[in-house]
Amino acid sequence: MVEFLQFTLSGISFGMIYAAIALSLVLIWRGTRLVNFAQGGMAMFTTYVAIEVIYRTGSYWTGFVSALAAGIVLGVVCQLTVIRPTMNKPPINAVIVTIGLLILLEGLAGIFFGGQFRSFPTAFSQTGLKINGTPLGVSRYDVFVAAAVLVTTLALAAAFRYTSAGLRMRAAAFNATIARLSGIRVARVLTVGWALAGLLGALAGVLVSPSTFLYPNSMDTIFVFGFTAAVIGGLDSPLGAVVGGLLLGLALSYAGGYLHNGSNLVPVVALVILVVVLMVRPDGLFSATQVRRV
Amino acid sequence: MTMQTLPRRLGAAAVTAVIVWFLSVRLDTFRDYQIAEIAVYVPAVAGLTVLTGLSGQISVGNGAFMAIGAYATALLLLHLNWPFIAALVASAAATAVAGGIVGVAAARLRGPYLAGATLMLGVALPALAFAYRGIFGADQGLSITFTAPAFLGASFPLTRWQAWVSAVVALVTLVLLANLCSSRIGRNWRAVRDDEVAAALDGVNVAVTRILAFVVSAVCAGLAGSLLAIVTSLVAPGAFTITLSIALLTAAAIGGLGSLPGALWGSVLIVLVPTYVTDVATSHGLSSSVGSNIPIAAYGAVLILVMLVFPQGIQGGLVGLLRLFTGPDQETRTAHDAPAPHATPPADEAPASHHEKEGTT
Repeated sequence: MVEFLQFTLSGISFGMIYAAIALSLVLIWRGTRLVNFAQGGMAMFTTYVAIEVIYRTGSYWTGFVSALAAGIVLGVVCQLTVIRPTMNKPPINAVIVTIGLLILLEGLAGIFFGGQFRSFPTAFSQTGLKINGTPLGVSRYDVFVAAAVLVTTLALAAAFRYTSAGLRMRAAAFNATIARLSGIRVARVLTVGWALAGLLGALAGVLVSPSTFLYPNSMDTIFVFGFTAAVIGGLDSPLGAVVGGLLLGLALSYAGGYLHNGSNLVPVVALVILVVVLMVRPDGLFSATQVRRV
Repeated sequence: MTMQTLPRRLGAAAVTAVIVWFLSVRLDTFRDYQIAEIAVYVPAVAGLTVLTGLSGQISVGNGAFMAIGAYATALLLLHLNWPFIAALVASAAATAVAGGIVGVAAARLRGPYLAGATLMLGVALPALAFAYRGIFGADQGLSITFTAPAFLGASFPLTRWQAWVSAVVALVTLVLLANLCSSRIGRNWRAVRDDEVAAALDGVNVAVTRILAFVVSAVCAGLAGSLLAIVTSLVAPGAFTITLSIALLTAAAIGGLGSLPGALWGSVLIVLVPTYVTDVATSHGLSSSVGSNIPIAAYGAVLILVMLVFPQGIQGGLVGLLRLFTGPDQETRTAHDAPAPHATPPADEAPASHHEKEGTT
């Protein structure tokens, strides 16, 4: 029972990270109809910014905020410089450009920050919390991770729902042509989408790095699971991203804990879940139902 | 398809074979190894360019099929002492089965959902090497010995033999693929890619057509994996990370999606650009951490630039340049200049407009 609780709590903690990445992918997909393969690379880069700032100032929170700011800047810069010119080209070109961006960022990180593994500090203690002497398998830091992603997600959801900027973004995602005719600057809205995605990615990078170490490829696996979570939930649905992330986090945590040889089988389990979900719902769990026959 | 198409393809393959032979004899062992490396990538990239460019299905996990081909070859060579050619055919058969299974699952999926599923496949499959370490040897992998045949003499360099074997397999694959693409099957692929409903109304079995494309691309990747096993003499999971799958996709895109000559340009580029940049970097006395990362950054930058400047890839760019000089009769000229003359008609190069609206991944 204690074991189960431990696996559940750590599954939620990792699931929230996957959810953050998934959410950033959904934000970009809804606006640009593009999966940003560079999302993990951007998160890795901003986490390096954070670690350099923390190293120089000695303050975790200064580093945390600089990473988020860097995420916004990087999102905007990427969208304006290399993504926008691909929008009138075949869609696969935009995908390849994001892959190019990923490779470029990983190369630049190696050049500027070195390729070695670096440990990343935490804001709170990582020793496990206990109730009456029973370890919960979860630390103060894990609680912070889950809370940080949850608060950000809710803030974003509220902004989309209740502000006029949010309404503009939803309109642009729903139908760009009509939005443009209604006087919405769609191009600017898309840039804002990339900025928010950059922010979410940066958050995920800073939050996950204490558990994974930081190196130029450190976000690759996180990105793959985040993308998987987004696909499970349905790329058009922010709620799906969060549910998909939690589902995947929990399933992988149980698989790693209970299965024989589990830690090696984690990617296989993720593949099985993904295939099962897609066989039942080819556009993810929370997609608007759409009949497509083959 | 004119009567001269097949002789023209065979002729171009023969010319390329002679060029490879000449280079392999004249250049040193390291360059021979690079020729072998390029030839390893060619079938995998060609299979992927057919899958994504012609049948319209993206795969970010074709490295998984390479892994299946490589492990199958290594196991057959190690435990059953099969001759390489038999192991090659058996590996191709094994990957055909795997491609069929993946194709059935993929036939229901579109765009980013297919990309996500294939990406996860590419990540998950190599993990099995760790889960079943007794068979696949986990991190260490499987070492195999591959030697040049005795009649070539004891002093014949192994790398040259590896380059020859790989180049022959690569060229045969290209010729077969070129014929397949201009056959009824190839036309069905294009029809399904451009408009599924219209294709179905014309009597094309959409699901079977899409699955067949996956089988073909898997077999090509399996052949590449088989070649990789004998060229590197080692089959280990480290060779089949997601980086490999992504390299295949980028090579196909950089060369020109759907174009077989493009697959050759793409393979040449992903092998030569990193080595070339490393040479330049080390000759300028840069530190190792900088020197080893500059090629990565350079490759990323090249990828972005090619996609922005030549939206149809290198082959598309070449065809465009030729058209500038020669006018509309570029098809015969391309065929003449390109090693594997699959002169792509313009309809192949511009995906149908409704695809752009739907968006790919």
